[in-house]
Amino acid sequence: MTVRSVILEQITRVGEQQRRQLAPLTDSLPLLDSGLDSLCLAIIVAGLDDELGLDPLSASDDVEFPVTLGEFIKLYENAAA
Amino acid sequence: MLQPSRRSLWDLVAPEAASPTRFLADPQTRILVRDLADSTTLSAKPETLRGLSVMISTDRQLLTALALIELDGIARRIVLCTPDLSPAFVQSAMIDGEVDVVVTDGGGPTREVDHTLKTIRIGTRLRETHVTADRSVDTEWILFTSGTTGRPKLAMHTLTSLVGPLVDNPAAGRIPVWSTFYDIRRYGGLQIMLRALAGGGSQVFSSAAEPVADFLKRAGECGVTHISGTPSHWRRALMSGATASMAPDYVRLSGEACDQAILDSLQRAYPHANVAHAFASTEAGVAFDVRDGKAGFPAALIDAKGSGVEMRVEDGSLRIRSSRTAARYLGDVAPALSNEVGFIDTGDLLELRGDRYYFIGRREGIINVGGQKVHPEAVEAVINEHPAVSVSRVSARKNPITGAIVVAEIVLKPTATPANAEFQAIVEEIRKLCHDRLDPHQVPVTFREVPSIEVAASGKLVRPRA
Repeated sequence: MTVRSVILEQITRVGEQQRRQLAPLTDSLPLLDSGLDSLCLAIIVAGLDDELGLDPLSASDDVEFPVTLGEFIKLYENAAA
Repeated sequence: MLQPSRRSLWDLVAPEAASPTRFLADPQTRILVRDLADSTTLSAKPETLRGLSVMISTDRQLLTALALIELDGIARRIVLCTPDLSPAFVQSAMIDGEVDVVVTDGGGPTREVDHTLKTIRIGTRLRETHVTADRSVDTEWILFTSGTTGRPKLAMHTLTSLVGPLVDNPAAGRIPVWSTFYDIRRYGGLQIMLRALAGGGSQVFSSAAEPVADFLKRAGECGVTHISGTPSHWRRALMSGATASMAPDYVRLSGEACDQAILDSLQRAYPHANVAHAFASTEAGVAFDVRDGKAGFPAALIDAKGSGVEMRVEDGSLRIRSSRTAARYLGDVAPALSNEVGFIDTGDLLELRGDRYYFIGRREGIINVGGQKVHPEAVEAVINEHPAVSVSRVSARKNPITGAIVVAEIVLKPTATPANAEFQAIVEEIRKLCHDRLDPHQVPVTFREVPSIEVAASGKLVRPRA
């Protein structure tokens, strides 16, 4: 599975678990408009840490927080590379 | 301070008049209380310790009990070492407690400490002596606080504040035989021993080295009628499968928030016993006990008059003022123990639901999830309601989005030993239970099955600092 597909699956799963109505998951989708609140994002980030062993948002202090879903995925793809 | 009319522990124990069957027992030795009259177990005459500050450091709880009976009313101060105290804390307690003499069986935490203080040995062999009649010194009893994190503090009590007016003693149909999972060098255990000694009963001591099932069997053989421990102690007892080895009349829980699941489990294990839970702390003393079989306590106890213990809720936490609270902390840099009107902040947070208050956790244990507070104990109480769960521990996991998220560890009951797939099914049930009963940020993000959860020497769950 690619990093991208793991992330998309994680988002869908957490959205269901938290009973969230999610917007279509496109790369240009701003995370704040996705239907995920910060608790959902926190759960997704923890889940990705468990599944991929990657936590790029904690890895360094000066990491720029991703605005869109595409940037979020890119951050993880770069960390995995 | 001299108090000619003071009743010492020796007077309360009254060895001369003791019933021939009263005893003190640990796994190795049983001593009849009446044999303590006209005898000593110290290597020096108790009289030589008059007016001194004495540190008691023993491996065996029984020997600490014997030293207390002999020295209360003679020593100026008794510093009770808990067995797991680190050498650095022992050394600072020697200074803060102005200790003159160490009474030891060669064990206890002073064994690891280099010191030049005079040492007096104590054993179980009784030597005849002329026991002093003068026990008029109002001895200070110094106890280490039982916090699970940080440096223990030294709380100063007297026999009067420790024995207090023990109004919550259950009526005993037979001569009581008390026991406790607690170590008697801690407030919870000392309370029980003093009840036994002052109430004309016997005492069975636990031992850290003894497996739970063996302790329960020994308690049964000794005819234990009254027994206490923390909810963690009792969960271990239930997990041992050996609860039927004894048949107590009175089962008591204290020291940690007590949820409905553990109360119900104990009542099922001991259908004929009175299962009670109590609130007490080293600093605040015993505040109350609850015997209606329900978690929490009646709201009417708060601000009630005339019970000898006054309780308030301020900033969400329980405050206590009574004659059983400790007088102060010992040491140069010790913080104030109570506020200006004598109320002690227990740090235990309460929530009012209906006509009862429930303990929801410790102030220092709060998990902050994106600015919203989570009390681990409140979440554990929900998880523990699932019939397959034996015990759970909720803690914080660092998170770059919300600062922390909530995670849970679960020990399943021995009867429920599922393959991993079944554990996932149980987790989904627990998750649903949590979603139905808790706010979203309180629901654990992950549930991990663990074989056991560590219990500290104080009998409380070990909680990693959030």
